[in-house]
Amino acid sequence: MKKRAIYYNVGYDLKLALPLAGFFLVFFITPLFLLVFVSLHADPEMKRFGFDQFRRFLSDPFSLNVLGRTLLVGAETTALCLLLGFPLAWLYIRSPGWLRGVMILIILLPLLTSVVVRTFAWIVILGRLGIVNSALMSLGLIDAPLRLLYSEGGLVVALAQVHMPLMVLPLITALSRVDPNLADASAALGAGAWRTFMRITVPLTLAGIIAGCLLTYCMSLTAFITQTLVGGGQMLLMPGYIYQEVAAVQNWPFAAAISVIFLVAVLAAVTVFNLLGRLAQSVEYG
Amino acid sequence: MRRRADLDTLSLNLTLGALAVACVVLLILPTVVVIMVSFTSGFSLRFPPPGYSLRWYVGLFDAWQLQFAALNSFKVAAWTTFLSVVLGVAAALGIARSRLLVANVLDSLFMSPLILPGLAFGLAALIFFSMIGWQVSPLTLVLGHTIVCVPLVVRTTVATLAQLDPALLEVSASLGASRWHTFRRVTLPLIGSGILAGAFLAFMSSFDNIPVSLFLRNAGTDMLPIRMWQDLESLLDVRIAAVSGVLVLATLVLMVIMERVAGLSKRLR
Repeated sequence: MKKRAIYYNVGYDLKLALPLAGFFLVFFITPLFLLVFVSLHADPEMKRFGFDQFRRFLSDPFSLNVLGRTLLVGAETTALCLLLGFPLAWLYIRSPGWLRGVMILIILLPLLTSVVVRTFAWIVILGRLGIVNSALMSLGLIDAPLRLLYSEGGLVVALAQVHMPLMVLPLITALSRVDPNLADASAALGAGAWRTFMRITVPLTLAGIIAGCLLTYCMSLTAFITQTLVGGGQMLLMPGYIYQEVAAVQNWPFAAAISVIFLVAVLAAVTVFNLLGRLAQSVEYG
Repeated sequence: MRRRADLDTLSLNLTLGALAVACVVLLILPTVVVIMVSFTSGFSLRFPPPGYSLRWYVGLFDAWQLQFAALNSFKVAAWTTFLSVVLGVAAALGIARSRLLVANVLDSLFMSPLILPGLAFGLAALIFFSMIGWQVSPLTLVLGHTIVCVPLVVRTTVATLAQLDPALLEVSASLGASRWHTFRRVTLPLIGSGILAGAFLAFMSSFDNIPVSLFLRNAGTDMLPIRMWQDLESLLDVRIAAVSGVLVLATLVLMVIMERVAGLSKRLR
């Protein structure tokens, strides 16, 4: 009986979460509800209710194209992050201690450097007189500068760099949990290195892969600065679309409707990734 | 047979190694480029620079607009960090060891600003503040930033609390220490590095925030990243390269300190 009392004495009360819960209720949940409320107005003056803004978005090929391209650019960025990030995490696990320290600094620096700074670097690299064009021209591979800035390819590479740490860090955690004996066992049973990698290492890190993909995907969808500076005016994506409707057109209900559709799209993506994560866990342990 | 296996291993190691090196280059290249361009003696962002000088760094001393924006960003980030730590650590203590469904729901709620589009929340916050009749001000900025920065504090604090051995708290309590005394002398020293890492991340994230600031600031509360973004969009100013150089250096120094003091990289995984 006494022991029980002491046990309760050291546990912290859930009430401690109340201030933050209240803060979220007022400054997070209420604003999001107001966003939905504003989006349900039929006219920019907000006098009539109706689903007109949603109807307008969903029947407009231009808007649907913006949404589709945003989701596509996010998927391409995530794929590139995984293609380059997995080998880096794999190398990290096999590196000696001092090299790990250097590598973690290299991985973390982009995460903490200002997004504007990182994006700015890509303007210098991809610009008409940038590094890539100068190198290609001095090698005689091209005669005139290529248009790399303001192109989808350039945007995907820049987004991949900006969000790479979010992919690599969960992968390092996942890879460090894989028992090295399993790979040895696979090799002893006659499987080649590639087969072991594809059949043992990758499936066992699937949960980490999905966690990394979720973060990079969500972040690259909403990376407003990189999207506007590297993508430019011709490559309008969802965040830029919202900003344009507020700042230039001042059509608040339509901007709110775009935001709500965007939120729903991101939530749908999160749900899909979470379901995949559950599946992966049942594969791992089941 | 043996030879084939070796070739197999070699090709796998080479492929993964080459991709990893490409990834390292991709991660480092932009930082190196920014630093080099910031020391240019020319007037353009040409790379490689025609010559090197400190002129753009010296020019920062006269750039009052950038200084004003930097000061604003610093103040907002400092208040945001303070508010995030107070609210976030308390919430983390409340939910960390609880197995109640409420705690799980709250955890998901507190983490959701990390995943949801910041720009959509920024617009929602602007609508909210204008409906209750609050002018945009440093206060609205701090409140908006806290929503998107507090998850970082909650996450790192919950993670360190999970590693805390509850037996230590029971021992302290059984030796007659009050709850407050136990918190100050046992819990806090043990989770301090986690809180510090979270506070650092919250500060950096607020200092660098654009999506929320975009809607919640005005000319009187200009923020550094937004000033830089607008300067870049309009005139590709080389001074921005010098500001970037300063920011990269400051980040690097703070990061190394935080890695030593708070084991930053362990907190991020």
